[in-house]
Amino acid sequence: MTAPAAPERPRRRSLAPLEPVSPRTQWLLGLGFFVLFFTVWGVFTLGGLVSPTFLASPVTMAREGWLLFTEFNFIHDIGMTVWRVFGGFLLAAVIAVPLGIAMGAHKGLEAFLEPFVSFCRYLPASAFIPLLILWAGIGELQKVLVIFIGSVFQILLMVAVAVGSARKDLVEAAYTLGAQPSGIVKRVLIPGAAPEIAEILRLVLGWAWTYVIVAELIGSSSGIGHMITDSQSLLNTGQIIFGIIVIGLIGLISDFAFKALNRRLFAWSSL
Amino acid sequence: MKNQLSIRGVSRVFVSPKGQKTQALTPVDFDVRENDFVTILGPSGCGKSTLLRIVAGLDHPTAGTVLLDGQKVEGPGADRGMVFQSYTLFPWLTIEQNIRFGLRERGMPEAQQKERADYFIAKVGLRGFEQHFPKQLSGGMQQRTAIARALANDPKILLLDEPFGALDNQTRVLMQELLLGIWESAQKTVLFVTHDIDEAIFMANRVAVFSARPGRIKTEIAVNFPHPRHYTIKTSPEFMAIKAQLTEEIRAESMAADVH
Repeated sequence: MTAPAAPERPRRRSLAPLEPVSPRTQWLLGLGFFVLFFTVWGVFTLGGLVSPTFLASPVTMAREGWLLFTEFNFIHDIGMTVWRVFGGFLLAAVIAVPLGIAMGAHKGLEAFLEPFVSFCRYLPASAFIPLLILWAGIGELQKVLVIFIGSVFQILLMVAVAVGSARKDLVEAAYTLGAQPSGIVKRVLIPGAAPEIAEILRLVLGWAWTYVIVAELIGSSSGIGHMITDSQSLLNTGQIIFGIIVIGLIGLISDFAFKALNRRLFAWSSL
Repeated sequence: MKNQLSIRGVSRVFVSPKGQKTQALTPVDFDVRENDFVTILGPSGCGKSTLLRIVAGLDHPTAGTVLLDGQKVEGPGADRGMVFQSYTLFPWLTIEQNIRFGLRERGMPEAQQKERADYFIAKVGLRGFEQHFPKQLSGGMQQRTAIARALANDPKILLLDEPFGALDNQTRVLMQELLLGIWESAQKTVLFVTHDIDEAIFMANRVAVFSARPGRIKTEIAVNFPHPRHYTIKTSPEFMAIKAQLTEEIRAESMAADVH
């Protein structure tokens, strides 16, 4: 006896879990949400459902943005913010990446530093601002140091974990091929962890952006964060929103660039 | 021919973090002559891999010593090449760079590295794949690269830990013939660990049968088929007779292992 055939049901493949979508659909869906977002925003503000004192409309925001560039030299603020982020971030990376690799490779060093770094990692970078103003004044150094404190411990810990979780069998294979301990670090641990380290840097750069705005909200005479505080006192929500959107756009661009660079440098890891 | 590898009273006790002791190897005495091809056959978990790792210097014996050409083995080194069961090619290096890894570590001049790598790439039939990354190759090709990488270093002894264990049956048979062909043309001392009886007989001049844990060498059987060997010997009555004998030996050990 044969089992009764299951009823033929047309399967909607696009709704199946993990089913990939075409690049074009992906692009359109991604853009779609932005369109939806601006539409809802426009309906609420232009439709008079929200008072313009609390939330500017997309049109006002765009006009204020134009004014910022033409009248208030906003490009200078953007430049200052970008330089602070990259200054602090690069300083943190230059120190934390080599030290993190050393921690990951040498368990003694890790045991020595890891508890302290884990503790520091939870210290909020923004809470250091008053202290840093005392120590470093309200100049550039103070802003760069906020970014540095916010990034350095995160990079350290994550790089140490990435290097420490290297494949043991690859290390053993290298030993049987005659590698010495220094060769293991240079030619097995570092190249093996490199794609992950690059991803960590991309992630932490994103966080650095959030610290810089906080740093600029206090004791600052330039930068996107400073512009936002200024606009707040004038109740200019259009400028505030424009500033936030600019930060988002710069973050998106640097993230794309970082991703593209990582893909090029570490083609083997995405095979 | 002289003994190249001497294993003298090597035992290994593993101690768990809770202090529980497991005897993986009871004292083993074993010798391998120069240019001999010896297989170690045993049920899984019998400690045969532990013995191989101790010879490689990747693990330390609890007691006893391993001597290679009279020199005590203290740690891993380029004089003992190893091929692992898992795929251990460096994923960030191309096939050619993988094969050159050991030569580069040793500081051999570029041109010489290239020449040696080319020779072994041809030997394992990977011409045309030099610039591929390991992930672009099949499991069999990756293990061929691993063999070439170990041989390019010109070790005194080649250690293989179930190198074809993860491959499908057809590929495994071809790999056995390839490795045996290489051994027949370029004499080399080989110590090969496997749980596959056919593989153990076909490859070896001598099969050492391991007992169930705690491991020790229970019997040794000489395999006197002439070289070069053709795969058709696997169906010969002589081969079948050895296989029948080894099957009994291994069966007893697997059952013993199951009781524990």
